[in-house]
Amino acid sequence: MYGNDFSAPADAADDTPGGGLLGEVEAAEAELRAAAARERRGGPAPDEDLAAYFDDVVGAEQKIEPRDWMPEAYRRTLIRQIAQHAHSEIIGMQPEGNWISRAPSLKRKAILLAKVQDEAGHGLYLYAAAETLGISRDELVQLLLDGRQKYSSIFNYPTLGWADVGAIGWLVDGAAIVNQVPLCRCSYGPYARAMIRVCKEESFHQRQGYEILHTLAHGTPAQKAMAQDAVDRWWYPSLAMFGPPDGDSTHSAQSMAWKIKRFSNDDLRQRFVDMCVGQAEVLGLRIPDEDLRWNEERQAYDYTQPDYDELMRVISGNGPCNRERMAHRRAAHADGAWVREAAAAYAAKRTEQKEKVAA
Amino acid sequence: MSEPTSREQTPLWEVFVRARRGLSHTHVGSLHAPDAELALRNARDLYTRRQEGVSIWVVPAGAITASSPDEKDAFFDPAADKVYRHPTFYEVPDGVAHL
Repeated sequence: MYGNDFSAPADAADDTPGGGLLGEVEAAEAELRAAAARERRGGPAPDEDLAAYFDDVVGAEQKIEPRDWMPEAYRRTLIRQIAQHAHSEIIGMQPEGNWISRAPSLKRKAILLAKVQDEAGHGLYLYAAAETLGISRDELVQLLLDGRQKYSSIFNYPTLGWADVGAIGWLVDGAAIVNQVPLCRCSYGPYARAMIRVCKEESFHQRQGYEILHTLAHGTPAQKAMAQDAVDRWWYPSLAMFGPPDGDSTHSAQSMAWKIKRFSNDDLRQRFVDMCVGQAEVLGLRIPDEDLRWNEERQAYDYTQPDYDELMRVISGNGPCNRERMAHRRAAHADGAWVREAAAAYAAKRTEQKEKVAA
Repeated sequence: MSEPTSREQTPLWEVFVRARRGLSHTHVGSLHAPDAELALRNARDLYTRRQEGVSIWVVPAGAITASSPDEKDAFFDPAADKVYRHPTFYEVPDGVAHL
């Protein structure tokens, strides 16, 4: 139920972008239930090798749960990936939060507020999933604040105009969904379940962005130019969200074997490009790539790769907004300290009072 | 009080949501909160933003005692060889109705 105060859009929901992806999320959820239903064995036999048991469970498309034995590297990989994902949701509130006070109408403001609130929620689902692997929330927060864990490089780009909110929804959230839908089938149960929840909510994000761009692109020439400018700036950074090309990707092979990751970076990038072309046509906006064209042989679009050197520069801290984003997060954390302390003090006082009454 | 110490004491709560009247509460995830009241409010904000529930339980994670997956087979073994507890174990002669 999204924003039931507002009338439904005129076009059927199935025609809007993301409809197919939402179907995939539902399929992943059904598969999760089916896999649970056909669980063919319980825990490892007393004399069974734990590593073999783990491989067997993963191989049978069953989920690994928090208290199961798992290879230490699997645990570390998941903590790194889920934490980075959680941090991205939290930092990702900033570029769009920038426009809440300047949204063009009350409707857009309410929607954007709900969306940014969702990002906070997604961060919390994911932190909770990471904590099941034996790391504490405080450690995770500290790793982000110290810059020892990363967040998605895309959030180091600025939101210069209102149309950027639309472009983020359509392209950034669109790319995120393409990346995340396969994670709904991840071998680690708590992550897979969190991702199903995240993806279902994320599809509203993509649609609201698309609607903003559609409205602008069918408005005045100045509005259309603003929409085009936003797409021009966000296209390549969105393509870079899928990470380095397969040949240079460090974690891929092992993650695929563990069924944490299901498709390669390049496969997902291609899927995203193929999805966007038709959507851009409906918008009446141009994807800023002179070499974008259908390849009959590959049954896919040829496209220009993003600038991976730029990606590396942004990841290593030298994007347009890295320092601003981290400074803001550190300040927000420090400014919230008194709230956490007051809540803890209040809880301690009440416990004390209860104990007195009981004594 | 230094920040990490005060935060380490923020307990973890497991959250259960009843989606609709007539269904049982189902585990949906966890969160941190200093006390039960705040845990309940946070759970509402975090897990029921889209009318996912009509009732929420929050339980201190430390209060849950769980069976271990390692002993799963042994623990649940006693039920494994008692197939006669299922109605399908019994042969019903042809022509018998309402059984």
